[in-house]
Amino acid sequence: MNDRGHIASAFDRDLEGIQALIMKMGGLVEEQITSAVQSLEERDVERAERVRERDKHIDQLEDDVNTEAARVIALRAPTAMDLRVVLSVMKISSNLERIGDYSKNIAKRTGILVQMDPMGSSAGAIRRMAKTVNLMLKDALDAYVQHDVELALAVRDRDVDVDQMYNALFREFITHMMEDPRNITACMHLHFIAKNIERMGDHVTSIAEQVIYLVTGEMPDEERTKKDRTSIVAE
Amino acid sequence: MNDMRFTERNVDSTEIKIRAKNVDVFYGETHAIKGVDVDIPEKTVTAFIGPSGCGKSTFLRCLNRMNDTIDTCRVTGDIKLDDEDIYDKRVDPVQLRAKVGMVFQKPNPFPKSIYDNVAYGPRIHGLAGNKAELDQIVEKSLRRAALWGEVKDRLDAPGTGLSGGQQQRLCIARAVATEPEVLLMDEPCSALDPIATAQVEELIDELRARYSVVIVTHSMQQAARVSQKTAFFHLGELVEFGETGAIFTKPEDPRTESYITGRIG
Amino acid sequence: MTDATSGDGTSQPPRKASLLELDARTKKRNAAEARFRTYGLVAVCAGLVALVVLMVSIVNNGAGAFSQTFVTLQVELPADRLDKSGNRNPDEMRAVSTFGYSPLIAAAVVRALEENGISIEGLSAKDAGGIISKEAPAQLRNFVLANPQTLDTTREFTFLANGRIDGYYKGRVTFASAEMDKNVSPAQLQLADALLEIGVLESKFNTLFFTSPDASGQRPEAAGLGVAIIGSLYMMLIVLALALPIGVAASIYLEEFAPKNRLTDLIEVNIANLAAVPSIVFGILGLAIFINFAGLPQSAPIVGGLVLTLMTLPTIIIATRASLKSVPPSIRQAALGIGASKMQSVFHHVLPLAAPGILTGTIIGLAQALGETAPLLLIGMVAFVREFPAGPPQGFFDPASALPVQVYNWTQRSDPAFVERASGAIIVLLVFLILMNAIAVLLRRRFERRW
Repeated sequence: MNDRGHIASAFDRDLEGIQALIMKMGGLVEEQITSAVQSLEERDVERAERVRERDKHIDQLEDDVNTEAARVIALRAPTAMDLRVVLSVMKISSNLERIGDYSKNIAKRTGILVQMDPMGSSAGAIRRMAKTVNLMLKDALDAYVQHDVELALAVRDRDVDVDQMYNALFREFITHMMEDPRNITACMHLHFIAKNIERMGDHVTSIAEQVIYLVTGEMPDEERTKKDRTSIVAE
Repeated sequence: MNDMRFTERNVDSTEIKIRAKNVDVFYGETHAIKGVDVDIPEKTVTAFIGPSGCGKSTFLRCLNRMNDTIDTCRVTGDIKLDDEDIYDKRVDPVQLRAKVGMVFQKPNPFPKSIYDNVAYGPRIHGLAGNKAELDQIVEKSLRRAALWGEVKDRLDAPGTGLSGGQQQRLCIARAVATEPEVLLMDEPCSALDPIATAQVEELIDELRARYSVVIVTHSMQQAARVSQKTAFFHLGELVEFGETGAIFTKPEDPRTESYITGRIG
Repeated sequence: MTDATSGDGTSQPPRKASLLELDARTKKRNAAEARFRTYGLVAVCAGLVALVVLMVSIVNNGAGAFSQTFVTLQVELPADRLDKSGNRNPDEMRAVSTFGYSPLIAAAVVRALEENGISIEGLSAKDAGGIISKEAPAQLRNFVLANPQTLDTTREFTFLANGRIDGYYKGRVTFASAEMDKNVSPAQLQLADALLEIGVLESKFNTLFFTSPDASGQRPEAAGLGVAIIGSLYMMLIVLALALPIGVAASIYLEEFAPKNRLTDLIEVNIANLAAVPSIVFGILGLAIFINFAGLPQSAPIVGGLVLTLMTLPTIIIATRASLKSVPPSIRQAALGIGASKMQSVFHHVLPLAAPGILTGTIIGLAQALGETAPLLLIGMVAFVREFPAGPPQGFFDPASALPVQVYNWTQRSDPAFVERASGAIIVLLVFLILMNAIAVLLRRRFERRW
């Protein structure tokens, strides 16, 4: 790790600037996830509305990151680690923006779900899933800041848990829907919410992989353990 | 982490230091500069880029009337420094050059001591009343050129004994010793190795807090790194002039784009 | 796509030559180069041989001039013969001419013989006195007139021996030639040998060669370069004082300030041509202008100095221009960029850097001027000058001689002793020239800077 700054201090400032944007974005996204799931649990329509509003900020930040990254590449012609910083930042912002979009989607579906009867048990599982993903995101961002490959690898492995939680929820929803056809609408929405969270986990994993690319220069080549078997096994 | 740093890099001021309007330069029969209009902002680094022979150095030398020393050169048009025409008959080029300093391509310290190199300008312009004041000016200039730490114990050593990058910083110190308002730099790093170049570029970034800097460079990457405004010259014309980030990410004129992407020489 | 040169593809590829064998062209070329190197070497050797022969012959001929035979005698100074009035008044004592003093010297020689018990056959007292130079009575008289209190004492004096005696010890005069020579007799030679044995006569280093003025044909032993050296020195001073400022100023103007048009080109061409003009033409010029028109005294260092200045100016101007040109324009640009005026940039920066070259050019110009003879002959510096010119500045107007002219002068005289002295003068001249050139080289080395 090269701790010395560039002779041109403005270059350091540029790089720190875009990384600061990512951290800001990450903080916002973490908050969005928490807020969205909380609004679902508490059936809080106003909170859901606020989540949908705030997504604009995240989109704007992604724009900013892309503009700044293009500018740094054009003006500084970064190489080696500096280049990987810029490239990884662009990928990470894209992933964060998608995670933000999923949060917005959850909030949207929450708005619909509150008009129906509460579905009790699954809310807790969803909350647990979201919490796991949120922790993964926090760790991934920490790994990014600290250039910690071990932590990033660990995050990558935890995606297994998220996938398994999703599988469980999937079976639960199928059961519910078979029990009572009137549950279908609600369960479908809840299912999509669960799928969104599972996809969030995949994006966080992608962020962790970018961290590994940033530090080592190579994408991790082991197959990411995918425990989501729902597309393979027709149960 | 402070993400507000982006604003430091942008053009800090909108005051115009030098206004050039419809400037034409002829070398005998050759029409070297054709109708150039450009406004050099205050306390900013402005870069002139363009292929060889496009006239950027010629135009730079108009700004401190160095072209006067060439017999066949004729300059028409309007160039105003702080709203005063520098080609007015009442203006003494010698006095103008104390206000508009110049640093050249090849470092050219005088073959005197480091102290005398920096002190020469203040001496002939009478800027110091006694030795103590002169010492202060020399120290201040060397500090501003980021050279003081390296030479403070050997001010009597000959200026030509320094390394290339140090010599160029000495020339910069010499130029700022006369308290200029504008610094003109004609390819100041082309004779230097990459590390020395980076040091001088960092210095230029610091200098813009005090002086308006105009730098001619044949390396557009250098212009990208160091300047806030960039002017692209081609065949004697000013093709495009704008904020550096915009020129290098989305230039307006197709000629600019061709040059920057390396499609024309 | 390349053109295949082998047509049908069945011919053999050309056999590659081995690097270890030289082909014919290379051998011929090497031979030619070796021949050329030999020619060069032969040329250099020929030059060196000529130089060595020249040096050896000069030194052989001239070395003798640096040693001279002296006789140390105790001379009585009787007051009754030298101061008739007894008042010790130099003005009255002047009435006694050198004729009054020569017998004293002869008496001293005789006494020296008697004291040491030497007797030589066929030697009269006059002959005995004859081995002493004819300069000696004048020398004695000058001393007595300057120090009248020494009358009636016996003092030791060192006199030059007669030119023939000196020649005897240098191999020019032998007993055989002395028989036929009216200026010296074999008896005098014997006397000289006897005095040599007792230590009264000896050969030692001749500082008089440098300090005494020229002497007449009768007294080659007393002839010296004193006046010539002073004359040359004065002329060098004048040349330095005039040619250097004028030449440097003209050069600076032409190089830095003059507009580059046809007129300045014309001037430059003419200056270069001036350097090629034969020096005797300058002599005629000097005669016409300085002596006939301006009425300056003939034979004076001022006229010689002015003529030599005219001759040296082109050299200095050309050398100064070359040095000014060699200062890189980046220095001038740097000075102008800081806000120095043209004048300031020239005087503060260009001139100091060009100074070594200017200095070297000046010294070389001076060295050339030192050795110039032709113009000086025309303005009359070839005269026989016995008195030293006065100190500057009025000394510039007194008649004087010059080193190379003195050489010419002496070679015109019949006495072979003068040939030796001429060669000695040549050696002195050469030493000065070598010294000046060495100083020029040293100065150039010391002040040469690298930019």
